[in-house]
Amino acid sequence: MRKAKLLLASVAAILVATPVLADVSVKIGVMNDRSGTYADLSGEGSVVAARMAVEDFGAADKGIDVTIVSADHQNKPDIASNLARQWYDAEGVDVIADVPTSSAALAVNDITREKNKIFLVSGAATSDLTGKSCSPNTVHWTYDTWSLAHGTGQAMVETGGDSWFFLTADYAFGHALERDTSEVVKDSGGEVLGAVRHPFPGQDFSSFLLQAQASGAKVIGLANAGADTTNAIKQAREFGITQGGQSLAGLLIFITDVHALGLDTAQGLVLTEAFYWDLNDQTRDWAQRFAEAHNGSMPTMVHAGVYASVLHYLKAVEAADSKDAEAVMAKMKEMPSEDPLFGTGEVRQDGRHVHDMYLFQVKSPDESKGEWDYYKTLAIIAAERAFRPLGEGECPLVQ
Amino acid sequence: MAADIETLDKQSATKAGAAGMPRLHQVIFAALLALALAAPFMLYPVFVMKVLCFVLFACAFNLLLGFGGLLSFGHAAYFGSASYVAAHAAKVWGLTPELAILCGTAAAAALGFVFGGLAIRRAGIYFAMVTLAFAQMVYFFALQAPFTGGEDGIQAVPRGDLLGIISLRSDLTLYFFVLAIVFTGLLLIYRIVHSPFGQVLKAIRDNEPRAVSLGYRVNRYKLAIFVLSATLAGLAGSTKALVFQLASLTDVHWTMSGEVVLMTLLGGMGTVFGPIVGAAAIVTMQNYLAGFGAWVTVIQGTIFVIGVLLFREGIVGVLSRWLKKSL
Repeated sequence: MRKAKLLLASVAAILVATPVLADVSVKIGVMNDRSGTYADLSGEGSVVAARMAVEDFGAADKGIDVTIVSADHQNKPDIASNLARQWYDAEGVDVIADVPTSSAALAVNDITREKNKIFLVSGAATSDLTGKSCSPNTVHWTYDTWSLAHGTGQAMVETGGDSWFFLTADYAFGHALERDTSEVVKDSGGEVLGAVRHPFPGQDFSSFLLQAQASGAKVIGLANAGADTTNAIKQAREFGITQGGQSLAGLLIFITDVHALGLDTAQGLVLTEAFYWDLNDQTRDWAQRFAEAHNGSMPTMVHAGVYASVLHYLKAVEAADSKDAEAVMAKMKEMPSEDPLFGTGEVRQDGRHVHDMYLFQVKSPDESKGEWDYYKTLAIIAAERAFRPLGEGECPLVQ
Repeated sequence: MAADIETLDKQSATKAGAAGMPRLHQVIFAALLALALAAPFMLYPVFVMKVLCFVLFACAFNLLLGFGGLLSFGHAAYFGSASYVAAHAAKVWGLTPELAILCGTAAAAALGFVFGGLAIRRAGIYFAMVTLAFAQMVYFFALQAPFTGGEDGIQAVPRGDLLGIISLRSDLTLYFFVLAIVFTGLLLIYRIVHSPFGQVLKAIRDNEPRAVSLGYRVNRYKLAIFVLSATLAGLAGSTKALVFQLASLTDVHWTMSGEVVLMTLLGGMGTVFGPIVGAAAIVTMQNYLAGFGAWVTVIQGTIFVIGVLLFREGIVGVLSRWLKKSL
């Protein structure tokens, strides 16, 4: 009994004492796929990135007490929404970061708005997050479907890949990606020879690939994601499609996918990303530290986005001297962002963070100088061209 | 023949007692209600609402499997399609929550009538496969139809105002609304099971040729119980859509059909309270073990195997045998 009292008293003392040490205490929830297809490109790495942001910001010295929690949403919108509710209602989470898989991100987007908290998206692709579903509580940091479609579509046509054939996953995400990219290809003066829909998820792509091969298109656009994309690339290699002169354009591919495929299979693939570890000294330094903390694996653009968005958020908390969602969001949009990975950028009114994007080509095994040396830069897409113009997104916040 | 039914009716009426419910069951229902009334003040209300929705779903399924003896492998079809219809009704048509739930439930009933009408022509494994096939068709429809939003589902469903007056935005208010729905559902199931109709069903389950020889139109009874079960599963699905403000592919996926079988078997098939225990156990496990990610399914599978090996009648089934009382 006495012990219990003592324990209670000390717990109470700790509870009372904590706010004295720190002016503001924030709780960041990193929610992503920790066991499935996207576990490599987000997963624990995003938690590592968030932790690095807290360290680099020097939160403890600045009187901001930061706790990081993480959870697995298994890429399902219902689990994501359940988790988000529980975090906001019962566990005092102030910010949710990352959240790959568009459907899950859209669910968290709604709940964050309802509960008036903050959502820093890095892993999700859908451009609806800053379009018709845009919210005053959301910042979409790293990339979106619009920028991927435009980056890859436009650049490919400009470098001579002017006839396209699409291999599309037969669900809403695939259709959207195909539609967006087709428009870009046509606008840039190329032509679309056809498209074939494959079931989702797909294992056997042989008949679809043969159709793509027979179409004679110079570029085969892969409007799918995750395991579908990697399987299609592997099988395309087996059919000798890339060796035959056609090139594959991956519309949603991450460096971890390339790592898993191996250069032998993935070589020649053209893709758009927001970040590559080997861009400059700053990114190399950061990636080195990241790799040390994360079993030697290099960061993806999603990890980079989590780092940069959390850093910018903490700066905004410091500037606002509070964690009130409205005040912090206002500061995040008002202050230009500055970090070693994306350089300078800004958060637009619709929540879109704009920065340069890069068009990369996967190196051949001969060109690669070592592990994780995968990309050569084909083009830098300037920030103002890389993302959908503010007025075209149908975002109700922009008027 | 008519005389037969009459005597059977009378027998069952006397067995069930004048009050309609044995004292033990009354006590258990009262205890459950008390527990449910206290729960949101101790646990996270949204979690308890999830448990409640699955309790109703599992009980509806048990109505078909435990009392009708029909193993459907496609109950997610009714649960999920109802949640889509309810979500669509609340979001796009702007209906009040109770009307949206009714729409969803009606859709499930209609679907149950069509699918059930075809499926009951076969028995055993063929019946199970037919229901599974229909459920896969519904899944494909949900993935492709324009109004379901594909893999995004229908999101940001408004909870709305009950009868246009009481706002359900607060979790606690919604909780008592959900509790009322689920508890009514459970009492209705209890009533069905212990009605003369339920007695006939059990007779068909235990010995179908005999029931036929006694002059019952077996297929009509089977269809009726199928539709009832689908309707109540739909009620659970529509309610879930409002609770989570989301209708998604998870609700129509075949794993959902599997999960409800698991809940029913773990709790005790053919018992009144078994599915309640089973659903609560499985949902709690999913919630508190979520940190293990994909391992949850492995853990669930292990528990299921152990359950089937050690207590084949399920948790409540074993309890009922120990106590020598029907639960």
